[in-house]
Parts: sequence; C-alpha cells; structure tokens
Amino acid sequence: MTNNKSTSLFESKQVKEALVQSFVKLNPKIMFKNPVMFTVEIGTAIMFVVCAAILFGAQDQGSFAYNFIVFLILLATLLFANFAEAIAEARGKAQADSLRKTREETPARQILPNGEIKNISSSELKKGDVFVCEASDLIATDGEIIEGLATIDESAITGESAPVIREAGGDKSSVTGGTKVLSDKIKVIVTSEPGESFLDKMIALVEGASRQKTPNEIALTILLAAFTLIFVIVCVTLKPFADYANAPITIAAFIALFVCLIPTTIGGLLSAIGIAGMDRALRANVITKSGKAVETAGDIDVLLLDKTGTITIGNRKATNFYPAKGVSEEDFIKSAVLSSLADDTPEGKSILELSEILDVKGTLKESISHLTDHISQTIKFTAETRTSGVVLKDGTNIRKGAQDAAKNIALQAGNNFPEDIAEKVIAISSKGGTPLVVIKNNHVQGVIELQDIIKTGMKERFERLRKMGVKTVMVTGDNPLTAKFIAEAAGVDDFIAEAKPEDKMNYIKNEQNLGKLVAMMGDGTNDAPALAQANVGVAMNSGTQAAKEAGNMVDLDNDPTKLIEIIEIGKQLLMTRGTLTTFSIANDVAKYFAIVPALFITAIPALEGLNIMRLHSPESAILSAVIFNAIIIPILIPLALRGVDYKPIGASAILKRNLLIYGLGGLIVPFIGIKLIDLLVTLFM
Amino acid sequence: MNTELFGIISIFIVTIVLAIPLGKYIAKVYLGDKTFFDPIFNPIEKFIFKISGINSTEEMNWKQHLKTLLSVNMVWFFLCFFILLFQGSLFLNPDNNPSMSPDLAFNTAISFLVNCNLQHYSGETGLSYLSQIFLMFLQFVSAGVGMAAAAMVFTAMKERTTDKLGNFYNYFIKSCTRILLPLSAVVAVVLLFSGTPMTFEGKDAITTLQGDQVEVSRGPAAAFIAIKHIGTNGGGFFGVNSAHPLENPTYFTNAVELWAQLIIPFAMIFALGFYLKKTKFAYVVFGVMTVGFLLLVIPTVISEINGNPAIEKMGIAQTTGSMEGKEVRFGPAISGFWSIATTVISTGSVNSMHDSSMPVSGTMELLAMMVNAFYGGCGVGFLNFYIFIILAVFISGLMVGRTPEFLGKKIEAREVKIAAFIAILHPLLILSGTALASYFAANNTAMGYWFSGNATGWLNNPGHHGFSEMLYEFTSSAANNGSGFEGLGDNNPFWNITTGIVLLLSRFIPIIGPLAIAGLLANKKYIPESAGTLKTDTTIFGVMVFAVIAIIAALSFFPALALGPLAEYFTLK
Repeated sequence: MTNNKSTSLFESKQVKEALVQSFVKLNPKIMFKNPVMFTVEIGTAIMFVVCAAILFGAQDQGSFAYNFIVFLILLATLLFANFAEAIAEARGKAQADSLRKTREETPARQILPNGEIKNISSSELKKGDVFVCEASDLIATDGEIIEGLATIDESAITGESAPVIREAGGDKSSVTGGTKVLSDKIKVIVTSEPGESFLDKMIALVEGASRQKTPNEIALTILLAAFTLIFVIVCVTLKPFADYANAPITIAAFIALFVCLIPTTIGGLLSAIGIAGMDRALRANVITKSGKAVETAGDIDVLLLDKTGTITIGNRKATNFYPAKGVSEEDFIKSAVLSSLADDTPEGKSILELSEILDVKGTLKESISHLTDHISQTIKFTAETRTSGVVLKDGTNIRKGAQDAAKNIALQAGNNFPEDIAEKVIAISSKGGTPLVVIKNNHVQGVIELQDIIKTGMKERFERLRKMGVKTVMVTGDNPLTAKFIAEAAGVDDFIAEAKPEDKMNYIKNEQNLGKLVAMMGDGTNDAPALAQANVGVAMNSGTQAAKEAGNMVDLDNDPTKLIEIIEIGKQLLMTRGTLTTFSIANDVAKYFAIVPALFITAIPALEGLNIMRLHSPESAILSAVIFNAIIIPILIPLALRGVDYKPIGASAILKRNLLIYGLGGLIVPFIGIKLIDLLVTLFM
Repeated sequence: MNTELFGIISIFIVTIVLAIPLGKYIAKVYLGDKTFFDPIFNPIEKFIFKISGINSTEEMNWKQHLKTLLSVNMVWFFLCFFILLFQGSLFLNPDNNPSMSPDLAFNTAISFLVNCNLQHYSGETGLSYLSQIFLMFLQFVSAGVGMAAAAMVFTAMKERTTDKLGNFYNYFIKSCTRILLPLSAVVAVVLLFSGTPMTFEGKDAITTLQGDQVEVSRGPAAAFIAIKHIGTNGGGFFGVNSAHPLENPTYFTNAVELWAQLIIPFAMIFALGFYLKKTKFAYVVFGVMTVGFLLLVIPTVISEINGNPAIEKMGIAQTTGSMEGKEVRFGPAISGFWSIATTVISTGSVNSMHDSSMPVSGTMELLAMMVNAFYGGCGVGFLNFYIFIILAVFISGLMVGRTPEFLGKKIEAREVKIAAFIAILHPLLILSGTALASYFAANNTAMGYWFSGNATGWLNNPGHHGFSEMLYEFTSSAANNGSGFEGLGDNNPFWNITTGIVLLLSRFIPIIGPLAIAGLLANKKYIPESAGTLKTDTTIFGVMVFAVIAIIAALSFFPALALGPLAEYFTLK
C-alpha cells in the first residue's frame, strides 16, 4: 500500500469522479443534511425563478444577464461545496479500493465438517468456516489460525516487505485477507461475516455511506445553523426597513447578501474535513471503526505504552562483562560465550556479538572455536532450572542464569557467592539492567550485564507528547527499580511496574475517574478488556482477533508509536474545523461593507461613505462579493483535505497563531479579494 | 474641556478602584464567609427566613433555582399590575393621579419586574406614591434576582461535579440586604443632602420671580433614585429621569449617580474572581468589557464635544459642544459618558435626551444595548457575557485541536445549542420588532385599537431619525435597558404591548439559558487542566471573546444601523 499512497491532492481520475458527484449531490434530499448549503440551494432556486420571471417580462428586478450571472455563481457555490465533499470521498475511496482490490474474489479451499476440501470463492466464506492455506496461497479473508504455523507476506496491507510468522494459539494467530502465505500450511477459521471485516467497515466510513457525525461536528453544525438563522432574520427584516427608507432592494441583492453572510465556506467544507481526517488516518495505515475515535484521539490526556517493543527495541542486549575477583576477563568472556553457544534467544546472541566486538585481536574467537569441538552436551533453558549452558567433554559444566538460580547452585555446592558480584548485581538492577551470572563448575565466574535498549528518538517523541498535554505511561513486567530507570531514561511521565493485565485496566479506570481520556495500544488477548475500557484502543494488526474487536482502531503497521500520529490527526481535524469557521465568519465584515452600501446607495446616496472599498457600482459590488464567496471554497479545499498544521506549542500559542492567520487573515483577505474581483468585473461591465 | 474630561476619567477610575474591595465583599457574602456586617444582618435575615418559612440552607439544583426564580417573579408581576391598574382609588395618592390603562399597566409592571424600566408614562402625573413605592420595591428585588442568578452561575463554575448549587432565596435575600440596601442607603443620603425631596406630601406650590404660581411635583424621590442606580434599574421618579433638577441636582450628584450605576456591575466581575479564586480570569473578563466600553465611549464623547456639523455649516460657533437636549449643569462630555454608561449597563436612566445625541453617539448607544454584554445589568450582565464565553470557548477550543472545555467542563452540542439560541434571541427580538413597526410606518397603516391614527403618527421625526427612534425602542426593550430615544409616541397599546412582550422574553430567556448551561456543566465530570487545555484567563482568549461579541452581536445589526444613525451621520457630514 505504501507505493500507492498518492501524494498529489488531485488525481485526474478522482477529480472526474468528484465532478460527477458534485452534480449528483445537488439532490435536495442529500443537500438537506447540510443546513447551511441547503439554504444556499433554496436561494439558487429562487434566483432561477427570478430569471425565468424576467424572461416572461418581470420589470423591476434588473437585467436578465445580471440576475442570470448571480444564479450561475450561486450554482457554482453549491457545486464547489459538493466537489469538496466528493473529492474527499474519492480520495478515501481510492485508498480503500487499493486495499479492497487485494481481497476481491480469491479462491479458497474450505474444509467441510466431514473433512472434505471444497474449492469455493472467498466471498462465499462465512463466519465460523474453516479453510486451509498453503505456500503461495492468498489468504481468502480475515481469520484466526487454528492449526499450524506459516510465514506470511503482509506487504499488501502494511507495506512492510519482511515476512512475518503467524501461528496457532498465542497472540500472533490472526491473519488478514489478501496477505500471502510464503511457507508451510495453516488452517484458518473465518472471524467475520462477508462485508463486515474491519476493512469493509472502514471503506463504508470513508465512502460516507455510514459516516455518522461526530459530537463536535454536531455541535458545530448547530452553531452554523444558528449563524444561518441570524442572517435569515437580518435579511428578512431588512425588507420592511428598506421599504420604510424607500430603498427598494432586488431579490438578487437580498439573496446575495444572505448567501454571503451565512458561513458557506465552512458549511461547504465541513464534511470534506471529516472525511479527509479519516482518510489521513487510513494513509497512516490505521483503520478506524468510527470518525469519533479519530476525534477522541485528539483529546487524549494519558497514553499507555508497553515497554517492550514500543519504548525499548524489545530485546535485551549484553552491554558489559564483569568478571569476579580472581577470574581473568578473558576466561570469563570465554565461559560466557560457551554458555551462550546453544542459546538461540536474542539475549544469547547478543552475548556473542558483544564478545566479538571486544575481541579486537581475534584471539578469543580462535580459542573458542577450538573449544566448541569439545562440547558434549548443551543444556536448554527451562523454567525449573532457570539456567542454560554447556557441558564440555572434560566435564566442565558452564551455566549462566538469573542471579538467584546461580546463587543456589553455588551455595549448594558449598561455594560462596562473591561479595563483589552481589554488589554488581544490585548495581546493574538499579540501572534498569538484567544481570546474568555465569558459573563454571559451581564457581561464580562473573556477571553479564544485559540492558534494554531504548529506541532512538523516543525521548523527543515523549517530549512532543508532553507539550501536547499528553501524559505517557510505560507498562512493563519489570520490577519497579528497573522500570523506574527505564522510565527516566526514556522520558515517560509514569510507569506501571510488574504489570498484570488487570493493572492496566485499573490504571485506565482511575485516570478516567479523574476525568481524563486514555489511549492504549495492545496486541494480546489479555489486552482486550483494557483496549475496550480505554477511550481510544489501538489494536495491532498482528494481534489477536479479540484485541482487534475490543479496540476502536487497528494499526496495520503494528507500530506502537503510531498513537502519536493518530493524536495529531485528531487534533488537526478539530483545528481545521475551528480555523475555517473563524475564517468564514471573519469574512462577513468585508462582505457587509461590500453589499450593505450597494443595497442602499441609490436611495440614500450619503451611504457612499460606507463603501470603504470604493467598489465600482452596486451591481459590481454584489457580484464581487458572491464571486469571492464562491471561489474561496475551492481555494480552501487543499487546506481542508490536508488539515491545518499542528505544532505542540501549547494551547494559547496555537490559538494566537490561528487567530492571527485565520481570524485576522479572514478579516483582511476578503477586502483585498473583493476589491480585486470588482476591478476585474468592472472590465466586463 | 480638560476639566470635563478629567471629571469623566476620575469617576471611572474611582469606581473601578472601589469595585475591587466591594467585589471581595460580595464574594464573601455568597460564599457565606464572615463579614464585618454579620452582627447587623444575621438577625434580619434569620427573621425574614423564619416568617417566610424558608430553609435557606437547602441546596437546589439549577431547575429548582429557575422554578423559584420564575414563580416569585410571577407573584410580583400580578401584584404590581393590579396596584397600577387601581392606583387612582388606592391610598397614598395625594396628587389624585388616575389609574393606569391596562396596556400601560402591563408594560409598566413588566418593565419594572424585568429590571428594565421602560417608562411610557411620566412619574409626576402617572403614578401614585403607593405605586412609586411598589415600583421601588421591584427595583430592589429585580436587581436581587439578577444577582442571585449570577451567584448560582458562580457556584456552578466551581471545579467539582455536583448538581447542588446553593439556595436561591439565600442568594436573593443576601443580595438585597447585604449589598443593595446598604449601598442604596448611602446614595440616598447623599442625594437627600444635595436637595432631592423625600416626602409623602403632595405637590408644592411656589411663586416664581415673575410672580407665576408653579406647582412642583415631589415625593419619596431620594430613596427611589438611589436604588434606581444601585440596582441598574433606571426608572426615573420624574418623567425626564436624571435630567430633572430634583432627581439629579448637581454635578456632584451626577457623579454619585454614575458611580452608583457602575459599581455593582463592576464589582460582580471582581466578585466572580474572588469567589472562584480565579482573579486573573475576572481581570480578563473585566478587560474585555472595558475595551468594549471605551470603544463606545470615546467616539461618543468626542462627537458630543465637537458639536453638530449642521450648526457649524451655518457659521455658528459651538464652543460648548453639542448642547441640544443636555443640561447646562452637566455639559456634553459627561452627558455623552453617561449615555454610554447607562446603555452598556442596563440602567437606562438618562441625564440628557438621547434623541438629541449626535448620530455617532446614537450609533454607540444602540450598539451598547445591541451587544448588551459589556458590564451589563446587576448580575445579568455577566450572564449575557457568559453566553459569549461559551461560544468563544467552543470555537477556540476547536481551533487548538481539542474538544472545547471551560473551567474543566466539556462544552458539547447541548450547551452550544442553548448558547446559540440565546445569541439569536437578541437580534431576533430587536430586528423583528423594528421590522413590524417599520412595516406599519412604511405603509402608514391605520392602527385602529393599537394606535390612534396612522402608524407614522408615532414618529416625531421622519426619515432616518424616525427609524432610529423605533429601532432604539425595541433595542432598549430587548436589552432590558429602559432608556428611551424619546420622541417616539410610545404610550399606546401597540408600543406598550409589543415592547412588553419583548421585555418579558428578553429578561427571562437570557437568564434561563446561562443557568441551564451552568447547571449542565456543573453536573459534568471535572477534567483537570493539562498542557493541551486552552486557558481562559489569557489575553488571547480575551481577544477571542471580544471578536465573537463584535461579530455575532454587533454585525447582525449593521444593516439596521446603516439605515438609521449611520445614514444620518453621512447625511449630516
């Protein structure tokens, strides 16, 4: 999907589709949902009637050409607003289609209850059906592996080329339709009805079919409707006022005044902004179940992050060898390496890596390779012994393990546990590291320090979140000492140490009781309750079906830091609405000064004093105002689709910045714009 | 001229300086903290609560507050209506003034009930002393009701989640006894010593220097005039209000009356700060209001001092500025200042005739009432401002990318709906009322019962000024202000009833709205502040509120103003 992320805002195919939709959306039934634009449509219809009346001989409404031009501009205003919505939908749809393409009509091999295998099409698969996939098969639909293990290429969904391993049981059992099995054979149970998978839901949301207005959007629509109503009152009452002043006003002028005053700019762009927000989420490879979730993300106060894989790279790495007193460093490293030769874990490998780095001369490697021939037996790690190691042919027994396990071995053999090593162990723990003690023939040789490696750039990210007002909480199974050290090193605000699933849940509930909104990311089935409890729960695509059901977003990239992006998308969404509302309303000042003098100048010449823009004539003034009002919509479409930039500089600073750009800008721009259009219009009059 | 300006500036500054300690005192009264005056007032209030059987410690939710507020108002309305209707045959009527017509009694009763005091009668001939006293009572309680409503909103703004918002009677009685009464007493004494009458005897007869016999109306005026200003009521004892030599005898009483009408609206804002321990927020609110006030006052004073350009064109020097409709003992500068003070605050008492104000001043007076949120009336001034805060919080909250919050409470669709409705109501009432009157005037309709003769007959001036007269009357009613442009023939069923309805709607709905919003918000979960929260005690938020007020409240009236005072201004120029 990464490759088809279109960077240009307008692609010709989408534009064509949007143009058609602009006309389709003129249908009053569709228009009715947007009260602001619906009133414009009524005004346009009235102008159409006026034009017709003039053709049939009506006298006092001015020339046909003038009225017809006003009608055309109003129609254009409607089309522009529809186009904004349509292009946002088209972009979202294109995005969704590219996802959908991968899952259209793939053949599936269903396992019938009697064990028979039947070839069917993916669309025939129902929830609960079981199908089988082998190497080079496309997985037919979303499901969970019930048997087997496979490497899977998920690049179609995530854009990540490295294959992943999925296996039955555990937290990595879920597979997504459209991904490809590279090796092995798996049995998959279908987890969603056709047309109801996450992707289907998302596509429906983006296409606007099932898009429900979010709470903030509803409140804003109410406010905009109220503005519209105020201007209905202003325009209707103007009729008797003007009659009293003997200043007849044409219908065209009335409607022009009305359409210019009501907030058409934001009214026309409102739904486009909402759709674009979800589209941006999709572009960030996040599938949202509702628009509300994206909006809520912008309000998040607390962010729960798993330590492993999110804050740290996930695997501990050996960082130091500390030999015990009386043991040479070289001997100790040799023992450490030998004990790790059979250790496939990342920790074990990292010990080898570190030894290679330290071994500048290469002598160590040589002597080790000499010794490997003498290994008689390797001892795997078990939960009971909590050590692993090797036994050499000469009977030398080398083990490494957690300090208490190692201590037991030493003490049982009647050997002491050296003071200096005990101290070192404590020192390592307090630094957030994990000590591994190496024992040779029941004698303590030294201790290996393993450290969690904090991902680069995390500190900056958390700083950014702090500036946004989001508190970060690290969740870890480590002991409090280790957790505290890593929390400080990574720059998170708080941590939950030795966390059990219910601890997360309780933490979320506590914060919510304080009135805060909490977001968390999780993948395991045991995360599901917490994901459901959190205000924004992001499940990883690699996670279990239960986790995905519980959360309200799914991150296709399995990138735990994605929440930061989601929060910014949520904030941008609100900001774009707020700033364009401000801009739209601020525009009214200039429009008043263009139209009000134009309405009355003929009857009350003294009001020329209000014509501060020195517009050419009443007709040119009214035309310029409606033209400006119309073209500002397409001019702002790119902003509506991209969203207003969010910078974590504190709320007051953002308000100042946006008030300056969109408030003051909204005040000044139309004065200039209307004047320029007036100069242009005058050329043709 | 410098002395005149010095007079204005010193009155303004002295009022602000005194309003801060008064605000602290008011906050203490509502918080129930100990004050210096407890020994005097505790027994009085205990007595009042005892005989009326009120449990003043019982906490009410916002709906109970509203129910109580509305029902006591209804009782007062009917009492007042019947007293006015039968005053001619009741006691305390030494001048034998007649009973009021039903439509005038309706209008007068409502207008005093709603703290507006739009007077379509002249006190000297229109009221008995009994009526005057009952109206005086209404001037106290209507101010007290406004303050009690504001006190409930203050309580609701605390950082907690509750539906218990104090007791209405407690706030109301304490507002009257501990704030309005003592302040009025001080003002009344000052007036008394400056020559304002305070008697129950009828008209006095004096012989002028020319030997004519003149009857001079008097009555219990000093007490009436004190509460008229302290309670931001503005209903004059005499017909010409504070331009009357007995109602406002000297420059000094003029200063005291100005102080008296500004002090509580100022102090309420500071009280909010002390009450919530958010003084910075209160200063921001006060700052926004003051900027708005100055923007209205400065052009007014300048245009009044400069005089009438039409007279200047005739070659007549106007060294004293525009003096038409003004009292010589006050002069144009302080009269201009008063005209804005009385219109931003919903007092509506006048010391000059606004009909004769320069067009710029007329525009500013109208704008002051159209905005109706700079300082504003006793208590209700803040309620009006509160609506604009909610709207500003909503828009600016979106602008910073967060669901809007005000003092830790989320502003959602329901609150926006109420706030938007209240914001629409004001232009709706003003513009539709004026439209109705203009419609009849434009067609010169024969009005039948509603007005004796054709509609244009109620206008004293034709053209733009006539339009301003009608616009002003409805604006003054909708702002619950009560000042008149005068010149308009308003004592007739048409004006009495239409403005009466406007008065009623524009008093109670803008109280219900903020109380409902505050009550709903108080019941919501309190969200502690974070770095992402928009702070409302900053200058930038103040700018936002000001912009919202300017655009919503002022701009909707631009076409109407253009046809009235602005057209007049450009014609005169």
